[in-house]
Amino acid sequence: MSESKSESLFDKIGGEAAVDAAVELFYRKVLADHRINRFFDNTNMEEQAAKQKAFLTMAFGGPNNYSGQDMREGHAHLVKRGLDDSHFDAVMEHLEATLVELNVPADLIAEVAAIAESTRADVLGK
Amino acid sequence: MTNLKIGENTYTCDSEETVLDSLLRQDVDISYACKKGTCHSCMVRCIDGQPPVESQGDLKDTLKSQNYFLACLCIPNLDMTIRLPEQSELYSEGKVVANEMLNRNTILLIVECRDILEYKAGQFVNLQRQDGLTRSYSIANTPQQSKTLEFHIRRLPGGQFSEWVHDQLKVGDTVAVSEPKGHCFYIPERKEQGILLVGTGSGLAPLVGILTDALEHGHSGPIHLFHGSREKEDLYRVDEMRALSEKHPNFSYTPCISGVDVPSGFKKGRANTVALETISDLKGWRVFLCGHPNMISEMKTQVFLKGVSIADIYTDAFLVSTET
Ligand code: HEM
Repeated sequence: MSESKSESLFDKIGGEAAVDAAVELFYRKVLADHRINRFFDNTNMEEQAAKQKAFLTMAFGGPNNYSGQDMREGHAHLVKRGLDDSHFDAVMEHLEATLVELNVPADLIAEVAAIAESTRADVLGK
Repeated sequence: MTNLKIGENTYTCDSEETVLDSLLRQDVDISYACKKGTCHSCMVRCIDGQPPVESQGDLKDTLKSQNYFLACLCIPNLDMTIRLPEQSELYSEGKVVANEMLNRNTILLIVECRDILEYKAGQFVNLQRQDGLTRSYSIANTPQQSKTLEFHIRRLPGGQFSEWVHDQLKVGDTVAVSEPKGHCFYIPERKEQGILLVGTGSGLAPLVGILTDALEHGHSGPIHLFHGSREKEDLYRVDEMRALSEKHPNFSYTPCISGVDVPSGFKKGRANTVALETISDLKGWRVFLCGHPNMISEMKTQVFLKGVSIADIYTDAFLVSTET
Protein backbone atom coordinates (compact mmCIF):
# COMPACT_ATOMS: atom_id res chain seq x y z
CA MET A 1 0.00 0.00 0.00
CA SER A 2 1.37 3.40 -0.89
CA GLU A 3 1.28 6.16 1.66
CA SER A 4 0.09 9.48 0.35
CA LYS A 5 0.99 12.31 2.64
CA SER A 6 -1.10 14.96 0.96
CA GLU A 7 -4.48 13.28 1.29
CA SER A 8 -5.85 12.84 4.78
CA LEU A 9 -8.30 10.16 5.85
CA PHE A 10 -11.02 12.83 5.91
CA ASP A 11 -10.34 13.76 2.27
CA LYS A 12 -10.16 10.12 1.17
CA ILE A 13 -13.60 9.43 2.61
CA GLY A 14 -14.99 12.44 0.81
CA GLY A 15 -14.73 15.31 3.28
CA GLU A 16 -17.68 17.30 4.45
CA ALA A 17 -19.96 15.93 1.73
CA ALA A 18 -19.37 12.43 3.11
CA VAL A 19 -20.21 13.60 6.60
CA ASP A 20 -23.43 15.16 5.31
CA ALA A 21 -24.36 11.94 3.57
CA ALA A 22 -23.58 9.90 6.67
CA VAL A 23 -25.22 12.00 9.33
CA GLU A 24 -28.85 11.10 8.67
CA LEU A 25 -28.11 7.43 7.97
CA PHE A 26 -26.21 7.20 11.23
CA TYR A 27 -28.68 9.16 13.34
CA ARG A 28 -31.56 7.05 11.99
CA LYS A 29 -29.80 3.86 13.09
CA VAL A 30 -29.11 5.27 16.52
CA LEU A 31 -32.70 6.44 17.07
CA ALA A 32 -34.07 3.09 15.96
CA ASP A 33 -31.84 1.14 18.37
CA HIS A 34 -33.59 0.44 21.66
CA ARG A 35 -30.31 -0.34 23.38
CA ILE A 36 -29.13 3.25 23.12
CA ASN A 37 -31.83 5.63 21.88
CA ARG A 38 -32.76 6.70 25.40
CA PHE A 39 -29.47 8.61 25.55
CA PHE A 40 -30.39 10.70 22.55
CA ASP A 41 -32.91 13.38 23.32
CA ASN A 42 -35.03 13.80 20.21
CA THR A 43 -36.87 16.96 21.22
CA ASN A 44 -34.68 19.01 18.93
CA MET A 45 -33.66 16.83 16.01
CA GLU A 46 -31.84 19.59 14.16
CA GLU A 47 -29.59 20.21 17.14
CA GLN A 48 -28.98 16.50 17.71
CA ALA A 49 -28.13 16.03 14.04
CA ALA A 50 -25.59 18.86 14.35
CA LYS A 51 -23.99 17.02 17.28
CA GLN A 52 -23.89 13.77 15.32
CA LYS A 53 -22.21 15.73 12.57
CA ALA A 54 -19.53 16.83 15.03
CA PHE A 55 -19.10 13.20 16.09
CA LEU A 56 -18.74 11.93 12.52
CA THR A 57 -16.37 14.70 11.48
CA MET A 58 -14.15 13.75 14.38
CA ALA A 59 -14.31 10.02 13.65
CA PHE A 60 -13.55 10.65 9.97
CA GLY A 61 -10.34 12.40 11.02
CA GLY A 62 -11.70 15.79 10.02
CA PRO A 63 -11.01 19.22 11.51
CA ASN A 64 -12.27 19.50 15.09
CA ASN A 65 -11.31 21.08 18.36
CA TYR A 66 -12.33 18.31 20.74
CA SER A 67 -9.81 17.14 23.32
CA GLY A 68 -10.01 13.92 25.31
CA GLN A 69 -11.09 16.06 28.23
CA ASP A 70 -13.96 17.49 26.15
CA MET A 71 -15.13 13.97 25.33
CA ARG A 72 -14.98 13.04 28.99
CA GLU A 73 -16.99 16.08 30.06
CA GLY A 74 -19.35 15.91 27.10
CA HIS A 75 -20.46 12.38 27.94
CA ALA A 76 -20.23 12.54 31.74
CA HIS A 77 -23.98 13.12 32.10
CA LEU A 78 -24.58 9.97 30.04
CA VAL A 79 -22.14 7.90 32.11
CA LYS A 80 -24.16 8.94 35.17
CA ARG A 81 -27.21 7.53 33.43
CA GLY A 82 -25.49 4.20 32.87
CA LEU A 83 -23.49 4.58 29.66
CA ASP A 84 -21.12 1.60 29.41
CA ASP A 85 -19.10 -0.55 26.99
CA SER A 86 -22.17 -2.25 25.55
CA HIS A 87 -23.56 1.12 24.44
CA PHE A 88 -20.21 2.14 23.06
CA ASP A 89 -20.09 -1.09 21.05
CA ALA A 90 -23.56 -0.37 19.66
CA VAL A 91 -22.46 3.06 18.43
CA MET A 92 -19.37 1.48 16.82
CA GLU A 93 -21.66 -0.99 15.06
CA HIS A 94 -23.81 1.79 13.60
CA LEU A 95 -20.80 3.82 12.59
CA GLU A 96 -19.36 0.91 10.63
CA ALA A 97 -22.71 -0.06 9.11
CA THR A 98 -23.22 3.53 7.94
CA LEU A 99 -19.86 3.53 6.18
CA VAL A 100 -20.54 0.17 4.55
CA GLU A 101 -23.83 1.57 3.26
CA LEU A 102 -21.93 4.50 1.74
CA ASN A 103 -19.52 2.09 0.01
CA VAL A 104 -16.48 3.33 1.88
CA PRO A 105 -13.58 0.87 1.34
CA ALA A 106 -12.87 -1.52 4.22
CA ASP A 107 -9.38 -0.19 4.96
CA LEU A 108 -10.75 3.34 5.47
CA ILE A 109 -13.56 2.02 7.67
CA ALA A 110 -10.92 0.36 9.81
CA GLU A 111 -9.13 3.68 10.21
CA VAL A 112 -12.35 5.44 11.24
CA ALA A 113 -13.12 2.67 13.71
CA ALA A 114 -9.66 3.04 15.21
CA ILE A 115 -10.15 6.78 15.77
CA ALA A 116 -13.54 6.25 17.42
CA GLU A 117 -12.19 3.36 19.48
CA SER A 118 -9.36 5.55 20.77
CA THR A 119 -11.91 7.73 22.59
CA ARG A 120 -13.50 4.84 24.51
CA ALA A 121 -11.88 5.51 27.88
CA ASP A 122 -12.72 9.21 27.74
CA VAL A 123 -16.29 8.76 26.52
CA LEU A 124 -16.98 6.16 29.21
CA GLY A 125 -15.20 8.19 31.88
CA LYS A 126 -12.73 5.45 32.79
CA MET B 1 -15.29 47.34 3.17
CA THR B 2 -19.08 47.16 3.03
CA ASN B 3 -21.88 48.77 5.03
CA LEU B 4 -24.51 46.90 7.01
CA LYS B 5 -27.76 48.72 7.65
CA ILE B 6 -29.99 47.67 10.52
CA GLY B 7 -32.97 49.89 11.19
CA GLU B 8 -31.65 53.44 11.56
CA ASN B 9 -28.04 52.38 12.12
CA THR B 10 -25.18 51.65 9.75
CA TYR B 11 -22.24 49.43 10.66
CA THR B 12 -19.03 48.75 8.77
CA CYS B 13 -17.87 45.31 7.77
CA ASP B 14 -14.19 44.80 6.91
CA SER B 15 -13.27 42.90 3.77
CA GLU B 16 -12.44 39.58 5.44
CA GLU B 17 -14.92 39.95 8.28
CA THR B 18 -18.18 38.04 8.74
CA VAL B 19 -21.41 39.89 9.42
CA LEU B 20 -21.52 38.31 12.87
CA ASP B 21 -17.99 39.40 13.82
CA SER B 22 -18.63 42.89 12.52
CA LEU B 23 -21.83 43.30 14.53
CA LEU B 24 -20.29 41.87 17.69
CA ARG B 25 -17.30 44.19 17.29
CA GLN B 26 -19.72 47.11 17.11
CA ASP B 27 -21.69 45.99 20.15
CA VAL B 28 -24.86 44.92 18.38
CA ASP B 29 -26.87 42.53 20.53
CA ILE B 30 -27.20 39.46 18.30
CA SER B 31 -27.61 35.87 19.40
CA TYR B 32 -25.02 33.34 18.26
CA ALA B 33 -23.34 30.14 19.42
CA CYS B 34 -21.23 27.86 17.21
CA LYS B 35 -19.91 30.44 14.71
CA LYS B 36 -19.59 27.78 12.06
CA GLY B 37 -23.00 27.42 10.49
CA THR B 38 -24.34 24.46 12.42
CA CYS B 39 -26.50 25.86 15.20
CA HIS B 40 -28.46 28.50 13.22
CA SER B 41 -28.60 30.79 16.29
CA CYS B 42 -27.40 33.79 14.31
CA MET B 43 -29.93 33.51 11.49
CA VAL B 44 -30.92 36.95 10.17
CA ARG B 45 -32.64 38.20 7.06
CA CYS B 46 -31.42 40.36 4.20
CA ILE B 47 -34.27 42.66 3.18
CA ASP B 48 -32.78 44.39 0.15
CA GLY B 49 -31.65 41.52 -2.03
CA GLN B 50 -30.05 38.10 -1.96
CA PRO B 51 -27.30 37.25 0.50
CA PRO B 52 -24.21 35.35 -0.75
CA VAL B 53 -25.19 31.72 -1.46
CA GLU B 54 -22.55 30.27 0.87
CA SER B 55 -23.99 32.25 3.78
CA GLN B 56 -27.21 30.24 3.61
CA GLY B 57 -25.46 27.01 4.63
CA ASP B 58 -27.91 24.17 5.14
CA LEU B 59 -30.97 26.33 5.86
CA LYS B 60 -34.32 25.03 4.67
CA ASP B 61 -35.27 25.94 1.12
CA THR B 62 -38.19 28.00 2.39
CA LEU B 63 -35.84 30.14 4.48
CA LYS B 64 -33.33 30.51 1.65
CA SER B 65 -36.05 31.76 -0.66
CA GLN B 66 -36.88 34.50 1.86
CA ASN B 67 -33.22 35.61 1.94
CA TYR B 68 -32.49 34.38 5.44
CA PHE B 69 -28.82 33.68 6.04
CA LEU B 70 -26.33 32.86 8.80
CA ALA B 71 -24.42 35.93 9.97
CA CYS B 72 -21.45 33.75 10.96
CA LEU B 73 -21.01 32.43 7.40
CA CYS B 74 -21.55 35.71 5.60
CA ILE B 75 -18.71 37.81 4.23
CA PRO B 76 -20.69 40.40 2.29
CA ASN B 77 -19.59 41.52 -1.16
CA LEU B 78 -22.18 44.32 -1.34
CA ASP B 79 -23.85 46.64 1.17
CA MET B 80 -26.72 44.88 2.90
CA THR B 81 -29.82 45.88 4.83
CA ILE B 82 -30.45 43.35 7.57
CA ARG B 83 -33.35 42.51 9.83
CA LEU B 84 -32.54 40.95 13.19
CA PRO B 85 -35.10 38.56 14.69
CA GLU B 86 -35.46 40.72 17.82
CA GLN B 87 -36.41 43.84 15.91
CA SER B 88 -39.91 45.04 16.64
CA GLU B 89 -42.38 43.89 14.06
CA LEU B 90 -44.45 45.93 11.67
CA TYR B 91 -48.22 45.70 11.69
CA SER B 92 -50.65 46.76 9.05
CA GLU B 93 -54.36 47.30 9.38
CA GLY B 94 -56.58 44.40 8.37
CA LYS B 95 -60.29 44.54 7.77
CA VAL B 96 -62.60 41.62 8.46
CA VAL B 97 -64.51 40.82 5.27
CA ALA B 98 -66.18 37.57 6.33
CA ASN B 99 -66.58 35.22 9.27
CA GLU B 100 -68.51 31.97 9.50
CA MET B 101 -68.43 28.81 11.58
CA LEU B 102 -66.55 25.85 10.07
CA ASN B 103 -67.73 23.46 12.76
CA ARG B 104 -68.97 23.72 16.34
CA ASN B 105 -65.83 25.41 17.67
CA THR B 106 -63.79 26.78 14.78
CA ILE B 107 -64.50 29.98 12.92
CA LEU B 108 -63.28 31.01 9.47
CA LEU B 109 -62.04 34.59 9.54
CA ILE B 110 -61.27 36.36 6.26
CA VAL B 111 -59.21 39.54 6.43
CA GLU B 112 -58.17 42.06 3.82
CA CYS B 113 -54.82 43.79 4.27
CA ARG B 114 -51.94 45.57 2.55
CA ASP B 115 -48.86 43.95 0.93
CA ILE B 116 -50.85 40.79 0.43
CA LEU B 117 -48.31 39.35 -2.04
CA GLU B 118 -45.76 39.01 0.77
CA TYR B 119 -47.86 36.37 2.50
CA LYS B 120 -47.62 32.66 1.75
CA ALA B 121 -50.10 29.89 2.44
CA GLY B 122 -49.01 27.98 5.54
CA GLN B 123 -47.00 30.80 7.10
CA PHE B 124 -48.42 32.44 10.19
CA VAL B 125 -49.04 36.01 11.32
CA ASN B 126 -49.70 37.68 14.62
CA LEU B 127 -53.16 39.17 14.89
CA GLN B 128 -53.47 41.99 17.37
CA ARG B 129 -56.45 43.53 19.11
CA GLN B 130 -56.51 47.30 19.76
CA ASP B 131 -55.38 46.83 23.37
CA GLY B 132 -52.31 44.88 22.27
CA LEU B 133 -53.55 41.33 22.93
CA THR B 134 -51.80 39.20 20.30
CA ARG B 135 -52.06 35.62 19.02
CA SER B 136 -50.52 33.71 16.11
CA TYR B 137 -52.63 32.11 13.39
CA SER B 138 -51.73 30.26 10.21
CA ILE B 139 -52.70 31.36 6.72
CA ALA B 140 -55.19 28.87 5.28
CA ASN B 141 -55.48 30.12 1.70
CA THR B 142 -53.27 31.30 -1.16
CA PRO B 143 -53.38 35.09 -0.66
CA GLN B 144 -51.95 35.77 -4.15
CA GLN B 145 -55.16 34.43 -5.68
CA SER B 146 -57.85 35.72 -3.36
CA LYS B 147 -56.18 38.97 -2.18
CA THR B 148 -57.30 38.15 1.35
CA LEU B 149 -55.98 36.16 4.31
CA GLU B 150 -57.99 33.28 5.77
CA PHE B 151 -57.63 31.94 9.31
CA HIS B 152 -59.28 29.04 11.14
CA ILE B 153 -59.69 30.12 14.73
CA ARG B 154 -60.69 27.57 17.27
CA ARG B 155 -62.44 28.69 20.42
CA LEU B 156 -60.21 27.80 23.36
CA PRO B 157 -62.11 27.75 26.65
CA GLY B 158 -60.93 30.82 28.55
CA GLY B 159 -58.82 31.92 25.57
CA GLN B 160 -59.18 35.71 25.56
CA PHE B 161 -58.31 36.27 21.94
CA SER B 162 -60.28 33.41 20.43
CA GLU B 163 -63.35 34.26 22.51
CA TRP B 164 -63.11 37.85 21.31
CA VAL B 165 -62.92 36.71 17.68
CA HIS B 166 -65.85 34.34 18.12
CA ASP B 167 -68.12 36.55 20.22
CA GLN B 168 -67.36 40.13 19.24
CA LEU B 169 -65.34 40.64 16.08
CA LYS B 170 -67.68 41.53 13.21
CA VAL B 171 -67.45 42.05 9.48
CA GLY B 172 -66.09 45.55 8.87
CA ASP B 173 -64.07 45.61 12.11
CA THR B 174 -60.32 46.04 12.02
CA VAL B 175 -57.56 43.85 13.41
CA ALA B 176 -53.82 44.50 13.14
CA VAL B 177 -51.91 41.96 11.03
CA SER B 178 -48.15 41.37 11.41
CA GLU B 179 -45.75 40.51 8.64
CA PRO B 180 -45.77 36.84 7.61
CA LYS B 181 -43.58 34.51 9.66
CA GLY B 182 -42.37 30.96 9.65
CA HIS B 183 -41.06 28.56 7.08
CA CYS B 184 -43.89 26.06 6.87
CA PHE B 185 -44.96 26.58 3.26
CA TYR B 186 -44.78 25.07 -0.22
CA ILE B 187 -41.85 25.68 -2.55
CA PRO B 188 -42.59 24.91 -6.21
CA GLU B 189 -39.57 22.65 -6.69
CA ARG B 190 -39.20 18.87 -7.02
CA LYS B 191 -42.80 18.67 -8.15
CA GLU B 192 -42.68 14.89 -8.45
CA GLN B 193 -41.89 14.53 -4.75
CA GLY B 194 -44.47 12.89 -2.48
CA ILE B 195 -46.05 15.24 0.06
CA LEU B 196 -47.48 14.08 3.37
CA LEU B 197 -49.73 16.49 5.29
CA VAL B 198 -50.76 15.57 8.82
CA GLY B 199 -52.81 17.85 11.04
CA THR B 200 -54.98 17.80 14.13
CA GLY B 201 -57.86 20.18 14.84
CA SER B 202 -57.36 23.64 13.35
CA GLY B 203 -53.90 22.44 12.25
CA LEU B 204 -55.82 21.88 9.04
CA ALA B 205 -55.49 25.61 8.32
CA PRO B 206 -51.86 25.75 7.15
CA LEU B 207 -52.22 22.35 5.50
CA VAL B 208 -55.16 23.43 3.36
CA GLY B 209 -53.17 26.50 2.36
CA ILE B 210 -50.12 24.42 1.45
CA LEU B 211 -52.28 21.88 -0.40
CA THR B 212 -54.00 24.57 -2.45
CA ASP B 213 -50.66 26.16 -3.25
CA ALA B 214 -49.15 22.83 -4.35
CA LEU B 215 -52.12 21.96 -6.57
CA GLU B 216 -52.16 25.44 -8.11
CA HIS B 217 -48.47 25.00 -8.94
CA GLY B 218 -49.22 21.72 -10.66
CA HIS B 219 -47.45 19.51 -8.14
CA SER B 220 -47.43 16.09 -9.79
CA GLY B 221 -46.26 13.77 -6.99
CA PRO B 222 -48.73 12.07 -4.65
CA ILE B 223 -50.18 14.33 -1.93
CA HIS B 224 -51.77 12.67 1.12
CA LEU B 225 -53.70 14.64 3.70
CA PHE B 226 -54.60 13.10 7.08
CA HIS B 227 -56.77 15.27 9.29
CA GLY B 228 -57.62 14.06 12.76
CA SER B 229 -59.60 14.88 15.84
CA ARG B 230 -61.35 12.99 18.59
CA GLU B 231 -64.89 13.43 17.32
CA LYS B 232 -66.38 13.86 13.89
CA GLU B 233 -67.88 17.19 14.91
CA ASP B 234 -64.39 18.66 15.33
CA LEU B 235 -63.33 17.91 11.77
CA TYR B 236 -64.34 20.33 9.03
CA ARG B 237 -64.17 20.86 5.26
CA VAL B 238 -64.64 17.10 4.92
CA ASP B 239 -66.87 17.33 1.85
CA GLU B 240 -64.66 19.96 0.19
CA MET B 241 -61.56 17.80 0.70
CA ARG B 242 -63.35 14.75 -0.69
CA ALA B 243 -64.43 16.74 -3.75
CA LEU B 244 -60.88 17.98 -4.22
CA SER B 245 -59.54 14.43 -4.14
CA GLU B 246 -62.01 13.42 -6.88
CA LYS B 247 -60.82 16.29 -9.01
CA HIS B 248 -57.08 15.67 -8.50
CA PRO B 249 -56.05 12.03 -8.95
CA ASN B 250 -52.73 12.60 -7.15
CA PHE B 251 -54.44 13.97 -4.03
CA SER B 252 -55.93 11.69 -1.40
CA TYR B 253 -57.67 12.65 1.81
CA THR B 254 -58.22 10.64 4.97
CA PRO B 255 -60.28 12.06 7.83
CA CYS B 256 -59.37 10.28 11.09
CA ILE B 257 -61.21 10.00 14.38
CA SER B 258 -59.42 8.93 17.55
CA GLY B 259 -62.59 8.57 19.65
CA VAL B 260 -64.90 5.56 19.81
CA ASP B 261 -67.65 6.68 17.46
CA VAL B 262 -66.30 6.27 13.93
CA PRO B 263 -68.87 6.53 11.12
CA SER B 264 -68.18 4.97 7.74
CA GLY B 265 -65.95 7.04 5.47
CA PHE B 266 -63.67 7.88 8.41
CA LYS B 267 -60.58 6.03 9.64
CA LYS B 268 -60.29 5.03 13.26
CA GLY B 269 -57.16 6.22 15.05
CA ARG B 270 -54.94 9.23 15.40
CA ALA B 271 -54.09 11.00 12.15
CA ASN B 272 -50.35 10.42 12.55
CA THR B 273 -50.75 6.70 13.31
CA VAL B 274 -53.12 6.17 10.40
CA ALA B 275 -50.71 8.03 8.09
CA LEU B 276 -47.80 5.78 9.09
CA GLU B 277 -49.92 2.66 8.59
CA THR B 278 -51.07 3.84 5.17
CA ILE B 279 -47.76 4.91 3.64
CA SER B 280 -44.97 2.43 4.24
CA ASP B 281 -42.03 4.11 2.56
CA LEU B 282 -41.51 7.84 2.96
CA LYS B 283 -38.02 8.01 1.54
CA GLY B 284 -37.58 11.29 -0.32
CA TRP B 285 -40.94 12.73 0.78
CA ARG B 286 -41.70 16.22 1.98
CA VAL B 287 -43.68 16.28 5.21
CA PHE B 288 -45.79 18.97 6.87
CA LEU B 289 -47.00 18.46 10.45
CA CYS B 290 -49.36 20.95 12.08
CA GLY B 291 -51.34 20.95 15.28
CA HIS B 292 -50.83 19.29 18.65
CA PRO B 293 -47.21 19.62 19.87
CA ASN B 294 -47.06 16.00 21.09
CA MET B 295 -48.27 14.68 17.77
CA ILE B 296 -45.62 16.75 16.02
CA SER B 297 -42.63 15.71 18.09
CA GLU B 298 -43.62 12.04 17.98
CA MET B 299 -44.34 12.09 14.26
CA LYS B 300 -41.18 13.99 13.40
CA THR B 301 -39.06 11.14 14.70
CA GLN B 302 -41.27 8.52 13.05
CA VAL B 303 -41.12 10.04 9.57
CA PHE B 304 -37.39 10.57 9.93
CA LEU B 305 -37.00 6.87 10.76
CA LYS B 306 -39.07 6.07 7.67
CA GLY B 307 -36.56 7.86 5.48
CA VAL B 308 -37.57 11.53 5.35
CA SER B 309 -34.65 13.98 5.49
CA ILE B 310 -34.66 16.41 8.41
CA ALA B 311 -34.56 19.34 5.97
CA ASP B 312 -37.77 18.07 4.35
CA ILE B 313 -39.81 18.09 7.57
CA TYR B 314 -41.82 21.26 8.16
CA THR B 315 -43.72 21.74 11.40
CA ASP B 316 -46.07 24.19 13.03
CA ALA B 317 -47.07 23.46 16.62
CA PHE B 318 -50.27 24.99 17.91
CA LEU B 319 -51.28 26.20 21.28
CA VAL B 320 -53.83 23.73 22.58
CA SER B 321 -56.51 23.77 25.20
CA THR B 322 -56.48 21.35 28.12
CA GLU B 323 -58.90 19.08 26.29
CA THR B 324 -57.77 17.98 22.83
C1 HEM C 1 -17.49 6.37 19.66
C2 HEM C 1 -16.92 7.40 20.29
C3 HEM C 1 -17.66 8.69 20.47
C4 HEM C 1 -17.24 9.91 20.02
C5 HEM C 1 -15.96 10.22 19.28
C6 HEM C 1 -18.28 10.86 20.35
C7 HEM C 1 -18.23 12.20 20.02
C8 HEM C 1 -19.22 13.11 20.31
C9 HEM C 1 -19.18 14.50 19.95
C10 HEM C 1 -18.06 15.18 19.19
C11 HEM C 1 -20.32 15.07 20.39
C12 HEM C 1 -20.75 16.51 20.24
C13 HEM C 1 -20.44 17.31 21.46
C14 HEM C 1 -20.91 18.73 21.31
O1 HEM C 1 -20.27 19.49 20.60
O2 HEM C 1 -21.94 19.04 21.92
C15 HEM C 1 -21.09 14.03 21.04
C16 HEM C 1 -22.31 14.22 21.61
C17 HEM C 1 -23.10 13.19 22.07
N1 HEM C 1 -22.76 11.86 22.16
FE1 HEM C 1 -21.02 11.05 21.66
N2 HEM C 1 -19.29 10.19 20.99
C18 HEM C 1 -18.96 8.88 21.08
C19 HEM C 1 -19.72 7.87 21.66
C20 HEM C 1 -20.99 8.03 22.16
C21 HEM C 1 -21.80 6.97 22.71
C22 HEM C 1 -21.35 5.52 22.87
C23 HEM C 1 -23.00 7.54 23.06
C24 HEM C 1 -24.25 6.91 23.65
C25 HEM C 1 -24.69 5.72 23.36
C26 HEM C 1 -22.93 8.94 22.72
C27 HEM C 1 -23.92 9.84 22.92
C28 HEM C 1 -23.85 11.19 22.66
C29 HEM C 1 -24.94 12.11 22.91
C30 HEM C 1 -26.32 11.77 23.46
C31 HEM C 1 -24.46 13.38 22.55
C32 HEM C 1 -25.24 14.68 22.64
C33 HEM C 1 -25.02 15.23 24.02
C34 HEM C 1 -26.04 16.22 24.44
O3 HEM C 1 -27.12 16.28 23.85
O4 HEM C 1 -25.75 16.92 25.39
N3 HEM C 1 -21.69 9.20 22.19
N4 HEM C 1 -20.40 12.85 20.98
